[in-house]
Amino acid sequence: MATSKVTAANFDEVVLKSSTPVLVDFWAEWCGPCRAIGPILEDISNEYGDKLKIVKLNTDEESSIAIKYGVTSIPMLNVYVNGEVVKTIIGAKPKPALLKELEAFI
Amino acid sequence: MIRDLVIVGSGPAGYTAAIYASRAQLNPVQYEGSVTAGGALMTTTEVENFPGFVDGVMGPVLMEDMRKQAARFGTELITDDVVEMDLKGDVKTIKDGSGNVVQARAVILATGSAYKHIGLANEDRLSGRGVSWCATCDGFFFRDQTIAVVGGGDSAVEEATFLTKFASKVVLIHRRDSLRASKIMADRALNNPKIEMLWNTEVVDILGAEKVSGLALKNTVTGELSERDFTGLFVAIGHIPRSELLIGQIDLDNEGYVKVDGRSTRTNLSGVFACGDLVDHTYRQAITAAGSGCQAALDAEKFLAH
Repeated sequence: MATSKVTAANFDEVVLKSSTPVLVDFWAEWCGPCRAIGPILEDISNEYGDKLKIVKLNTDEESSIAIKYGVTSIPMLNVYVNGEVVKTIIGAKPKPALLKELEAFI
Repeated sequence: MIRDLVIVGSGPAGYTAAIYASRAQLNPVQYEGSVTAGGALMTTTEVENFPGFVDGVMGPVLMEDMRKQAARFGTELITDDVVEMDLKGDVKTIKDGSGNVVQARAVILATGSAYKHIGLANEDRLSGRGVSWCATCDGFFFRDQTIAVVGGGDSAVEEATFLTKFASKVVLIHRRDSLRASKIMADRALNNPKIEMLWNTEVVDILGAEKVSGLALKNTVTGELSERDFTGLFVAIGHIPRSELLIGQIDLDNEGYVKVDGRSTRTNLSGVFACGDLVDHTYRQAITAAGSGCQAALDAEKFLAH
């Protein structure tokens, strides 16, 4: 399935209360490396979306969530299981490297 | 099928090589890199010194336009990484991150450079937790904070100046007593009331448990040690050539740059050419990289004609 957008309004419901692991992509329009991994995350979501839900959080529009999770560098990918951050990946990485980091979830 | 030419890399050097090679009907395949496409200029802001752009141009826009120009003449662009190369022999073999293999009679290497790390143990641990190599990506998160930039060249000065848009104060830490940066950029930083210069100073440790809280500093003249609070550190101390896939098969100098023959782009391997930051210790500009990419395409064209 394709990635979807998450906001402060539905973060609890979509991410923290999800029954499957959720990867949140903290990104912004002006961040080149964020745009570079966008299509890679779409691919991963299409291939593994049933096991790992992938959602995108725009740090410009939703800075309260970004601050809450201590984002100081984007792209930052957080994996949430039962409402807890269990994995953080910082910086743009090629697809094989991302799949390796995410292998416990997919 | 054996192609004429594969180009590895996609900054100004790689795209310019692709523009020339595709216009010369060499039907090049170009590996742009899966997350590095466009190269170093993708994380810069305004480029003021690329000739022809009277009012400056944004780095990412310039690269997107070069890419379109390469595509217009038929360059086959692949947004993936090369993971293995066999460059010896008459037919070169290139393997990408998806497992595809391409063979070609000639290869142009334009893989550019990567950010240099200071080499401190805490640098990797706190990377993304206050330590950054990309002001345009991360500056936004340091609004109204006091942050440090380490370095003294154009990129350090550009980053420091850019970061004043967000930070309340930017301290530029340099181990010498003058900047290496071009005069116009250095003056801009020195006259910026939000930038404080810390001359003759080295970063000896990055402090902080979960995130950066400060730096341990050493005066390079007196040897005096001190600590100072910062919430962020931007590292801009230069670059290292991205030649790791070439070790053992092509002649590199002792800093890892590919060696080329005189003013040409020919490497020690027949049919293999190198250009851009991968070969350049000295100039490292978008325009010089583009120029050497043009040379590489012309050298490859001449080689393939024989």
